Amino acid sequence: MRAPAPAYAANDGVIETATAALGAALLEAQDLVGEVTLLVERDQLVPAMIALRDTPGLEYQQLMEIAGVDYPSRVERFDVCYHLLSVTRNHRIRVRVRTDEVQPVPSVTGIWPVAGWLERETFDMYGVIFEGNLDLRRILTDYGFRGHPQRKDFPLSGFAEVRYSEEAKRVVYEPVKLAQDFRSFDFMSPWEGAEYVLPGDEKATPSGEHKAALPQAKGAPSPVTAEQVRRADDDKKDSPPNAPETKVTESPAQTGAGKSDPGNKPEEKPKDPDVIPSKGEGQNQ
Amino acid sequence: MAEYLDQLEHRADDHTSAGDVEIQNYTINFGPQHPAAHGVLRLVMELDGEIVERVDPHVGLLHRGTEKFIEYKTYLQSIPYFDRLDYCSPMCMEHSYVLAIEKLLDLEVPLRAQYLRVFFAELTRIKNHMLNLGSHIMDVGAMTPNLWLFELREDCMNFYERASGARMHANYFRPGGVRQDVPLKLLTDIAEWLDTRLPRLFEDAISLVAENRIFKQRNVDIAIVSREDALKWGFSGPMIRAAGLPWDLRKSQPYDVYARMNFDVPVGTRGDCYDRFMVRVEEVRQSARIMKQCLAEMPEGPTLSLDRKVAPPKRGEMKRSMEALIHHFKYFTEGFHVPAGEVYVATESPKGEFGVYLVSDGTNKPYRCKIRPTAFSHLQAMDFMSKGHMLADTTAILGAMDIVFGECDR
Repeated sequence: MRAPAPAYAANDGVIETATAALGAALLEAQDLVGEVTLLVERDQLVPAMIALRDTPGLEYQQLMEIAGVDYPSRVERFDVCYHLLSVTRNHRIRVRVRTDEVQPVPSVTGIWPVAGWLERETFDMYGVIFEGNLDLRRILTDYGFRGHPQRKDFPLSGFAEVRYSEEAKRVVYEPVKLAQDFRSFDFMSPWEGAEYVLPGDEKATPSGEHKAALPQAKGAPSPVTAEQVRRADDDKKDSPPNAPETKVTESPAQTGAGKSDPGNKPEEKPKDPDVIPSKGEGQNQ
Repeated sequence: MAEYLDQLEHRADDHTSAGDVEIQNYTINFGPQHPAAHGVLRLVMELDGEIVERVDPHVGLLHRGTEKFIEYKTYLQSIPYFDRLDYCSPMCMEHSYVLAIEKLLDLEVPLRAQYLRVFFAELTRIKNHMLNLGSHIMDVGAMTPNLWLFELREDCMNFYERASGARMHANYFRPGGVRQDVPLKLLTDIAEWLDTRLPRLFEDAISLVAENRIFKQRNVDIAIVSREDALKWGFSGPMIRAAGLPWDLRKSQPYDVYARMNFDVPVGTRGDCYDRFMVRVEEVRQSARIMKQCLAEMPEGPTLSLDRKVAPPKRGEMKRSMEALIHHFKYFTEGFHVPAGEVYVATESPKGEFGVYLVSDGTNKPYRCKIRPTAFSHLQAMDFMSKGHMLADTTAILGAMDIVFGECDR
């Protein structure tokens, strides 16, 4: 390895020892990028972890991290990755189980108490349920938060935003209103993995048949075809201008200056089920 | 008389003796706005009189969704987010991340860049410990050392500024090296600072408290952690070393040029708050030693990889070469592609093991970036560490843990 990454003991023989120790619980073992990953049967996780901790030649005494990963296209969409460290052998290993939204993962809090918060975080972020964790509350998100923000189908902007309301004299929750559409630009080149078709290239498919152009990432300016540009022009020719009257601020009355409120009173806000109404005795109760 | 005594005894059976008050456990909130909570920490404490029975730390008040943001940014654009994790040791946060990218890319880093990264990582360690030692001392009641140590922290920030342009959020490390070379004058100034100002001010400040009776009374034998507990609770950094385990990732799993550095790993004997404090004190001296060795050995040469797919070309080169211009444009718009795979890279940040679990799907953005904060496992141990101690001891325990909420809550 040329990169100056942390160098620990070699992976030689770790997979063989683990295969012997875990038996049927081990589904798959990989050694990629210098790191050993074991895919373990979900129901067998706790005995497998005890074996990894206690077998001579493995001796992973410390659980350093539990990380969830979401692959929405898979049937069992979540990976839960346990990163173990052996301080006697100076080695790291990754143990992975797969699960979905409803199948619980056995908790390892009985082996390492540190797993308590780490499992809470995975539950909070992904909604993975850990069976046997006695304190499976949310940990990082707000009191009363709904949803699991690290899932790939959870939008980056979230659903609720907070601000201090001068009228209500407290912090209020409102649905997210973006002043500008969320934009996620895809700068990848079409010849290096991007999936959209450039304008003019629609007919360039090898088979010769017309393939519908895929839009770019949501919110990004999609490359329009020449046909679409022409049609858009045609539509505009017939329709009157969009704005009923030109917006000007020639007199103070048109600027809104001197009005008592800027027009964002709470009662004008839309009702939203995601916004938690306060019970009136503070946010943190 | 006997009758009277009987009567008294009978009374004593019935009720508690006169003057006793029945005390119930009660629950108090420590924080979220408390000067000794080192940020936005809410501790829900159950007290029996002044004895702590149970602590339930509520974290997440500073959660900003960093991991989610990183999934939407190119690899390069994510580096500034790491500065804002542990804002007391920004460059050490970047260190894990750039090492993870380099491991996935299998990218060679020029030697001078590796020396510079080690050099600034150790400067960061000093900077972090100045804040932590100072505030720990202040938490248990002394004011002066904190002011002196802040002087030193201020010096470190000035060095940061001269190297990177920013006093705190440096954004200095890059996959493949560092952003730019440092001026020679900066290195000589730091060398002078290491020889004169740092030892004088630091040793003066520590000499006020290290043997101080009150300071020892507040820290010795407070929150003793055994080796077994330290392993089970996922401790790392000064917390595990104070428990008596000589475990330092710079020694055991060396990255960059740490394998060439000569330094000692201080280890505690009792595992109490005083040991944690003194381990950090010794670490500052060892960091200064590493920095001096870096200065003595640092070779000349490039400070960023010469692979134009992962590092931008020089400005002057761009004026003359079309190829360089294209590389510059591609680097700052599309970024670079990282081969599919996953790595977990952990470095010895001043607070302990700071890890980055990076999953790449072969595009220019990380598929998943899980950050392993040091504070998460340490703060979780708050409950068993403070059980049976006085309410006032929790500030000492918290101060000796060295927790920063930017990193804990992400």
